[in-house]
Amino acid sequence: MIHSLFLINHLGDIFLEKHWKSVISRSVCDYFFEAREKAVDPENVPPVLQTPHHYLISIYRGKLFFLSVIQTEVPPLFVIEFLHRVADTFQDYFGGCSESVISDNVVIVYELLEEMLDNGFPLATESNVLKEMIRPPNILRSVVNTLTGGSNVGETLPQGQLSNIPWRRAGVKYTNNEAYFDVTEEIDAIVDKSGTTVSAEIQGVIEACVKLSGMPDLTMSFMNPRLLDDVSFHPCVRFRRWESERILSFIPPDGNFTLMTYHISSQNLVAIPVYVKQSISFFEAGSCGRLDITIGPKQTMGKTVEDLKVTVHMPKAVLNANLTASQGNYTYDFTTKLLVWDIGKLNPQKLPNLRGSLSMQTGVPNPEENPSLNIDLKIQQLAISGLKVSRLDMYGETYKPFKGVKYVTKAGKFQVRT
Amino acid sequence: MSASSAFNDEKGGSSSVGEPEYGHDPASGGIFSSDYKRHDDLKEMLDSNKDSLKLEAMKRIVAMIARGKNASDLFPAVVKNVACKNIEVKKLVYVYLVRYAEEQQDLALLSISTFQRGLKDPNQLIRASALRVLSSIRVTIIVPIMMLAIKEAASDMSPYVRKTAAHAIPKLYSLDPEQKDQLIEVIEKLLADKTTLVAGSVVMAFEEVCPERIDLIHKNYRKLCNLLIDVEEWGQVVIINMLTRYARTQFLNPNINESLLEEGGSGDKTFYGSDEDEDEDEEEKEKKAEAAAMAKRKPYVMDPDHRLLLRNTKPLLQSRNAAVVMAVAQLYFHLAPKAEVGVIAKALVRLLRSHSEVQYVVLQNVATMSIKRRGMFEPYLKSFYIRSTDPTQIKVLKLEVLTNLANETNISTILREFQTYIKSMDKDFVAATIQAIGRCATNISEVRDTCLNGLVQLLSNRDELVVAESVVVIKKLLQMQPEKHSDIIKHMAKLTDNIQVPMARASILWLIGEYCEHVPKIAPDVLRKMAKSFTNEEDIVKLQIINLAAKLYLTNSKQTKLLTQYVLNLAKYDQNYDIRDRARFIRQLIVPTEKSGALSKYAKKLFLALKPAPILESPFKDRDHFQLGSLSHLLNAKAGGYQELPDWPEAAPDPSVRNVEVPEWTKCSSREKRKEKKVEKPFYTDSEGESGPTESADSESDSASGSESSSGSEESGSGSESEESKEASESEEEEEEEEEEQKKKKKKDLKKPVQESESEQSSEEEERKHQRKSKPRKSESESESDEDEESESESSQSESEDSESEAEVKKKKKVQTRTAEPKPPPKPLKKESKKEKKEMSLLDLDDFEPAPSPQVTPVNTFLSNSLVTDLEGLSLSDSVLSPATIAPSSTLKSYELLHRITGEGLSVEYCFSRQPFSPDANMVAVQMQFTNNASSDTKNLHIEDVKLQSGMRVKEFPEIELLPAGETATAVMGIDFCDSTQAANFQLCTHTRKFFVSIQPPVGELMRPVFLTENEFKKEQGQLMGMNEITEKLTLDVKCRNEHAIVQRVTTAANLSRVPCGSDKECRFAGRTVTSGSLVLVTVATKEEGAAQLTVNCEKMVIGTMLVKDILQALTQ
Repeated sequence: MIHSLFLINHLGDIFLEKHWKSVISRSVCDYFFEAREKAVDPENVPPVLQTPHHYLISIYRGKLFFLSVIQTEVPPLFVIEFLHRVADTFQDYFGGCSESVISDNVVIVYELLEEMLDNGFPLATESNVLKEMIRPPNILRSVVNTLTGGSNVGETLPQGQLSNIPWRRAGVKYTNNEAYFDVTEEIDAIVDKSGTTVSAEIQGVIEACVKLSGMPDLTMSFMNPRLLDDVSFHPCVRFRRWESERILSFIPPDGNFTLMTYHISSQNLVAIPVYVKQSISFFEAGSCGRLDITIGPKQTMGKTVEDLKVTVHMPKAVLNANLTASQGNYTYDFTTKLLVWDIGKLNPQKLPNLRGSLSMQTGVPNPEENPSLNIDLKIQQLAISGLKVSRLDMYGETYKPFKGVKYVTKAGKFQVRT
Repeated sequence: MSASSAFNDEKGGSSSVGEPEYGHDPASGGIFSSDYKRHDDLKEMLDSNKDSLKLEAMKRIVAMIARGKNASDLFPAVVKNVACKNIEVKKLVYVYLVRYAEEQQDLALLSISTFQRGLKDPNQLIRASALRVLSSIRVTIIVPIMMLAIKEAASDMSPYVRKTAAHAIPKLYSLDPEQKDQLIEVIEKLLADKTTLVAGSVVMAFEEVCPERIDLIHKNYRKLCNLLIDVEEWGQVVIINMLTRYARTQFLNPNINESLLEEGGSGDKTFYGSDEDEDEDEEEKEKKAEAAAMAKRKPYVMDPDHRLLLRNTKPLLQSRNAAVVMAVAQLYFHLAPKAEVGVIAKALVRLLRSHSEVQYVVLQNVATMSIKRRGMFEPYLKSFYIRSTDPTQIKVLKLEVLTNLANETNISTILREFQTYIKSMDKDFVAATIQAIGRCATNISEVRDTCLNGLVQLLSNRDELVVAESVVVIKKLLQMQPEKHSDIIKHMAKLTDNIQVPMARASILWLIGEYCEHVPKIAPDVLRKMAKSFTNEEDIVKLQIINLAAKLYLTNSKQTKLLTQYVLNLAKYDQNYDIRDRARFIRQLIVPTEKSGALSKYAKKLFLALKPAPILESPFKDRDHFQLGSLSHLLNAKAGGYQELPDWPEAAPDPSVRNVEVPEWTKCSSREKRKEKKVEKPFYTDSEGESGPTESADSESDSASGSESSSGSEESGSGSESEESKEASESEEEEEEEEEEQKKKKKKDLKKPVQESESEQSSEEEERKHQRKSKPRKSESESESDEDEESESESSQSESEDSESEAEVKKKKKVQTRTAEPKPPPKPLKKESKKEKKEMSLLDLDDFEPAPSPQVTPVNTFLSNSLVTDLEGLSLSDSVLSPATIAPSSTLKSYELLHRITGEGLSVEYCFSRQPFSPDANMVAVQMQFTNNASSDTKNLHIEDVKLQSGMRVKEFPEIELLPAGETATAVMGIDFCDSTQAANFQLCTHTRKFFVSIQPPVGELMRPVFLTENEFKKEQGQLMGMNEITEKLTLDVKCRNEHAIVQRVTTAANLSRVPCGSDKECRFAGRTVTSGSLVLVTVATKEEGAAQLTVNCEKMVIGTMLVKDILQALTQ
């Protein structure tokens, strides 16, 4: 399975290597560098590369490449998913997944990698299990450890590793028992020039933060579960119960986890919260362009739209933008050709507008395509699909937990073509 | 902040170590020396007594390893600490050891004893980690130690340790492949493990060590299916992939009936495949048609195990792990019936929201799937629309999927999308879009013109790449039907003035040259223009100008002769030798001179040959011969270690191999049997004295005990129930006794030609006087023979079965579903199971299975000779009256057609009833008895897919609509064996299942008795001399030296009637073969001392020879 792992920063330096079988020379990465060179963007590097003796499977996360070396047939998704899980674990442990963070914690990283894979086959990937074996670093503990000579490594085998519920550690105790659930929905939409919706989907996720003592058994039911026809669950959810009753029944992991994700496909009618009126044009003569964008509320279900932001990836020929915004402010980055208009709260009475002229490079033919607009927004206390949690019950423990559900709608890949 | 950096801060400048150093070149001198110093420093720390210092040193060493620096010179200092008490130090030492052991094998051996001690530790974590490290040390010398450790750990109490053992297997295998056999044993053992923790790891080991040993999976198949949902996600992926392969070898293609429809019937397919495409498919189609035709005869019924797999994997489509979802998706794609594959589309589309790498892989697979199963993804068309922010490789893949999904109904929306894509700034993507449009145009004829127009418009695009790509695509499109589009060719001719991209210019020139007859006026003009600008053109354009000139010269030499000469002259002095060569070559070909050879005659053929239109097809076509989701599929090349996905088998291998025996059951049953025998013994010895020949009693007791113990074993399936089961069996006995009585009465009333059973009964009667209780034992075997002859007795039996207490029946069923007894398996199985099998057959053989030889060995033949004799005459007189039932005394041997375990509760026996088969006199009547032992009703019992030798015919029995649980039914079918002993193969179908069965007749059953007088017999015999007469000398069996015994044995062996004979030294028999009606005459002449001579006269020599053999056997044994 996975033979070796190399971590490579955006400059192309290998700053960490780990081998689970015999050592493979770093020079194998040269093939990767070659491909990296060829692809202009780092995200255009093919995730799977073939070299004479090995296969290289890589992911790009947080400006780092996680490059794994494979020698024999293995499902590529298996490796990709695992690498992402590694990155997630780093994120979980160190609160970030950058080169500096990993270099600072290189020993813990190494210990983690050692536990996560055995001979290239995943051994323990549940964060609850890992945290019992290798404690995440924090300042207090590192001070204590240096004084007492204690260690970060657990001495017993985590219970979870042996039980049928590897995601929950045993003997959890809290003074305040609480369970919070965030229902977050992202709208992926493509709106064409005339304002009609080409495709719109909702990607929903229920994130949980459960801090309950003992072995609680939770059930969550929805007001309108038939909305959810395409779901994926954390392994803790009992699938059969969902199939028969449309109720989420689970023994939760301790701490933060993603309970479920769901997908409401483009076949359903998806509400689009804002409309965009825009005109971007470039003139042949005078080498200048004009830009005019107005945003207004469409289907917001009576809620206010917040954190509204428009990002435009301008053609190369645009040198500068001279615009005025009726609300919020804009920046134009000359090098990345990125125009960002940060609007903030959408006021339905006074629609925000951005207009002005663009100065173009002379002597270069005008771009034929108008850049598309990417919209960011946030609506609090609303799940745009209409999903609502109706009940959350706990069994198996006697105390009364504090429960809470929060809804947020965001724009995901929301794109307006011009 | 980790402790390590804190420590570094503390230490400050005392050591020249530090984080900022990575990136430096370790080879440069200054740092090299400091390396040495640092190592001394580390050695000191490692040698110290303080754990904290050791830990610090180890942390720094590990950091060095992580950065890829060489720390091997520290090996001795580090290895010393392998037994350190501090667990973190220990772990880090392990990390170091694993990394460098290979390089320093001798020193590494020092640490082995520590691990060996660790293997015995009471803490499972320590045991496991000791094994983990031990097996990770790649030192060949310790292979035997590793082997031992793995074997021990495989039977450890802790599942975690067993899991580690499974992980260690591939490690050892890669170190020393010669250990394979031993490792397979361990794998086999671990495969039987019932914990979810182990399952994934051991299957992984299986895949790496012995993926070809699919037979190891049989017994664990159902368990793996059932455990699957609880296995950790990585294990799930491995198991699902393995099971996909397994299922491909064990089950039948669920789409076999539909594959034809899919190919031909989908309507739009014909639009899609270009002509070449179809030709290619033709062969394949034929094959499929054959298969489908074959399949048409039998409706496909899915193996329940196949269904189990599909059912248990489906929930995993909801997994959060993309690899699991993909694994299930490929399983469904490769294994599910077409109608059910659709479920995976939704899950795959969901994955498109994941990381771009995941998208990349998923889209590749979707692209492959969408070619085969377009309908599946059509509803999700919009999910494949492209955003400007997608990475190019994702865009191109989405484009591929969209193109595959295009059909008449959605093409307009797709083309509209494509229009937006063409304006993209990403030029590679635009080029791909243009190609996609070209493919849509070739596939969907309705939009071909629209696409062409759109592409022609693109010719005026400012971007050269776009124009060039469009020209190339247009060229391909025009090549398909040039005559329709002369105006486009004209338009393109005009474009030559503007387009500067060489590739595009070259393409246009080629088009004009190729289709110059469609544009006769313009072509010479273009050549004129080109001749003017020849010197300034790019090389590829020049080459095409020469080509154009040559073609025009051949078709229109009047107008272009001079121009061509001019162009060729220009080319002659070109700087590029390619062009000079081409010019020289073409001049020789087209301009006839005295020197030019025969080739010039064919110039026209050379230049104006019809060129095949290029095929625009998906690069993903036919990629599905790789298992989807695999690395090989992604790369479209076989990766190392890839296991080929096997084709569906033509016929399903024996499904019973997956039946799992409950180990307690075998033990229990054998014990039960022993007990039973003990009980029986006394009264058998009792009866022995009375009932005459010992042998018969023995054989009876055998058969009786067999049947009894089989029922006993059924009941004892769960040990705890044994008490009840005994009661039950007792009650059964009583009931059977009653039934016996009834039967007797009936039989007396009937008094039909059932002499044998009568005789048996009478003998029983004798027994009964002595030992009343012994009777029920016999009832079973007796009733068996009865059933074959009389429907009455059957009904009585079924009645008795009805009367069985319900609980009893239930229990039986329960056991039936649980216990399973393998038929003789097609493949050799492991020793263990063989042993078990032997036990089983001991239990069951007498009950169901026929003696291996076709010869009939009646159970009760010798019971009462005198009675047989008495009845003999009776039968003869009877036979005169009703020749139809002339069948002389014989117990009919019944054969097993379907064992109740193979048949999943349905058992079928058949016998040759020796009755004339009324619908067709040329057929042999086969009476079948169906018994439903299952807990549910069996419906629609019928025959299908009869496979016969030529000439043979079968008259099927009428379909049995319903066979309720626990019921028995009989039916008679006729088979015309064409006077041969070839087997008739067919499928016995129920509403859920199909069973392959075959009936092979003993030669004696291929004839029907005829009545001849002595004179007729002699006359016929006289005509069947020479080659048609076969004579054998024999010594009669001791027990068979009187006439009656001989008659008895001969008529049992063959369906013949006795011919009266004056001499008492001779017995004569006559019959005719069923199909051809050839006479069969048998004479047994007895002499002194048991010597005898057997003569068979038969027109059909083969039949004669076989019959001699059979009768000989019957008489001598």
